[in-house]
Amino acid sequence: MFTPSLHPQSDAQPDSLRTEAGPYFGDFGGRFVPESLVAALDELTAEYDLVKKDPAFAAELMELHRSYSGRPSIITEVPRFAEHAGGARIILKREDLNHTGSHKINNALGQALLTKRIGKTRVIAETGAGQHGVATATVAALFGFECVVYMGEVDTERQALNVARMRLLGAEVVPVKTGSRTLKDAINDAMRDWVTNVETTNYIFGTVAGPHPFPAMVRDFQKIIGEEAREQVLALTGRLPDAVTACVGGGSNAMGIFHAFLDDTDVALYGYEAAGDGVDTPRHAATITKGRPGVLHGARSMLLQDEDGQTVESHSISAGLDYPGVGPEHAWLASIGRATYLPVTDAAAMSALRLLSQTEGIIPAIESAHALAGTLELGKKLGPEATILVNLSGRGDKDMETAARYFDLLDEGAEQS
Amino acid sequence: MSTTSPSNLSSSTTTSRHGTSTSGVTHSAVEATIARRRAAGSGALIGYLPVGFPSLTESIDAAVALAANGVDVIELGLPYSDPVMDGPVIQAATQKALAGGFKLHHGFEAVAAITAQVDVPVLVMTYWNPVLQYGVDRFADELLAAGGAGLITPDLIPDEADAWLAASERTGLDRVFLAAPSSSDARLVQAIEASRGFVYAVSTMGTTGARGAVDSAARILVDRLRAAGSTSACVGLGISTPDQVREILAYADGAIVGSALVKALTDGGVAAVGVLAAELAAGTRDLR
Repeated sequence: MFTPSLHPQSDAQPDSLRTEAGPYFGDFGGRFVPESLVAALDELTAEYDLVKKDPAFAAELMELHRSYSGRPSIITEVPRFAEHAGGARIILKREDLNHTGSHKINNALGQALLTKRIGKTRVIAETGAGQHGVATATVAALFGFECVVYMGEVDTERQALNVARMRLLGAEVVPVKTGSRTLKDAINDAMRDWVTNVETTNYIFGTVAGPHPFPAMVRDFQKIIGEEAREQVLALTGRLPDAVTACVGGGSNAMGIFHAFLDDTDVALYGYEAAGDGVDTPRHAATITKGRPGVLHGARSMLLQDEDGQTVESHSISAGLDYPGVGPEHAWLASIGRATYLPVTDAAAMSALRLLSQTEGIIPAIESAHALAGTLELGKKLGPEATILVNLSGRGDKDMETAARYFDLLDEGAEQS
Repeated sequence: MSTTSPSNLSSSTTTSRHGTSTSGVTHSAVEATIARRRAAGSGALIGYLPVGFPSLTESIDAAVALAANGVDVIELGLPYSDPVMDGPVIQAATQKALAGGFKLHHGFEAVAAITAQVDVPVLVMTYWNPVLQYGVDRFADELLAAGGAGLITPDLIPDEADAWLAASERTGLDRVFLAAPSSSDARLVQAIEASRGFVYAVSTMGTTGARGAVDSAARILVDRLRAAGSTSACVGLGISTPDQVREILAYADGAIVGSALVKALTDGGVAAVGVLAAELAAGTRDLR
């Protein structure tokens, strides 16, 4: 039987929620993968176990964060936006200001350093909105790796600019034409590539889902978001926030900001899932709200599926949240009641996107706009005394085409060109 | 719920097809078939086809054609939305089956219909989530009732298989786990100990699909499995011709052909499957 070698639980505080190291988070997680991948996952787990205790690795990564991607990211208080949220104090963690435009670079840098340690020269990635693909293409250029990014054909169309960015960075982008032609199918094809080329190739997985060690490892590379923000909010306000919010697709930006607060029992944690046209319609991606436990992409977690266990296609205006699964640690946090997951429709997210743009001069990614929309409602509920920390996980540049169409922002002639 | 098991079709033959675990001794029909072929100086030919492609009826007829043309064990695939071990040919076929309305109960109906007509063991190949959602015990019971011999589980490793190990012990169904060229010696032992029927030796690092040459890694893997105590190692992935079957059976207990049969079915229907099966079966004779 497989026994986890990470983080012996004996030396941890027995009641801490911050020491989970996989393969299981409660009933969720594990490794439901073809045998061919087990050796690679074992290798990755063992190497990660080593580097996590290695101060030289941590120092190298911190230096990249500082001098390459621009950490620490700042926090920004948004009072004009907050007027629409019942007057609650709202503070944004500005992951949108990172190099490449989202939180995805945090994890890509960590896994790229790990790839170098393992001695592999080719990296592959899946991407939905293109942000993880861009981050991976970026670190591949930085480290001199060959890079192939799998992206659902539907997503290559709605995020065409990010496809161009990846190609400009030297990556090969493979449009995936199977299944629903979105993120889930991109992951399937990336896994098939990995099964075939595992000897030379490392899979830089973009979110806190997938087989062990990815959920724990990606979370660890993202938890810097919450660690920084916790200190920054304390310095600004003199106390911890009443709530921390984030959007949840696979869930890496949410785990990244939640993790530092898991043991702060007075801090409520809210994850906002994409409700698409609404959770009372079949067109949504609200995995925890509407799903059941099941196995997809190597882990047991919450899943949108039919009675036969066939994955159901998700729908969201946001390519980055358009995923029928979710990271196992989120499924666990939901099951124990530590975090609350609520659905946000396309319409509410787009409305919040425009509101932040026009009240604060910050254009968020459509993904992050789900967190903003949820926060508007939460602020009204918590009242003017409350402070809410929002993870602004990405910037909206990549979404201009979608936003232009949605809000009819272009003159007719311009739209044709 | 459409759980009406056609027990009238399968009850008369059930005990001879699936394993029985009376008095703690398991008699696997698949193991017996493979042993019989080995004793005859040959090896087993195992043929894969998915249920519901191009239609339920034709998939049943095609599986029957496999057995009628010399295939020793049928591997019946259940279409799944996210088949990470499958290459383009099988992906296209199973996606078409799902679009055509495949449901898990069709799988049990197909097993019952096939075992009512032919006398070869039928293993079901399925990814894990469908079994999990159907209910592991319920799935096992209905497979048994339909006359199925057991399960091949490409994305379930023994480490995660407690529920299935228990259900297969209870029912006597075979359970086929995979061994890969990248597997450690300890994991090969684990696969051998967990498996019943045979161990599925993955010939190459990759997904299903015909290849020009069978990887030399296959022979090394089978040698390692033998050294670890395996008495029933069958090789799959990339095998599509009688010569490749002959080459594999020179050292392995069975050769598994999938994508080539699916392609024959796609291009030429049931008749073409029968022709290819007969050609492949010729590869199991005159090995030396």
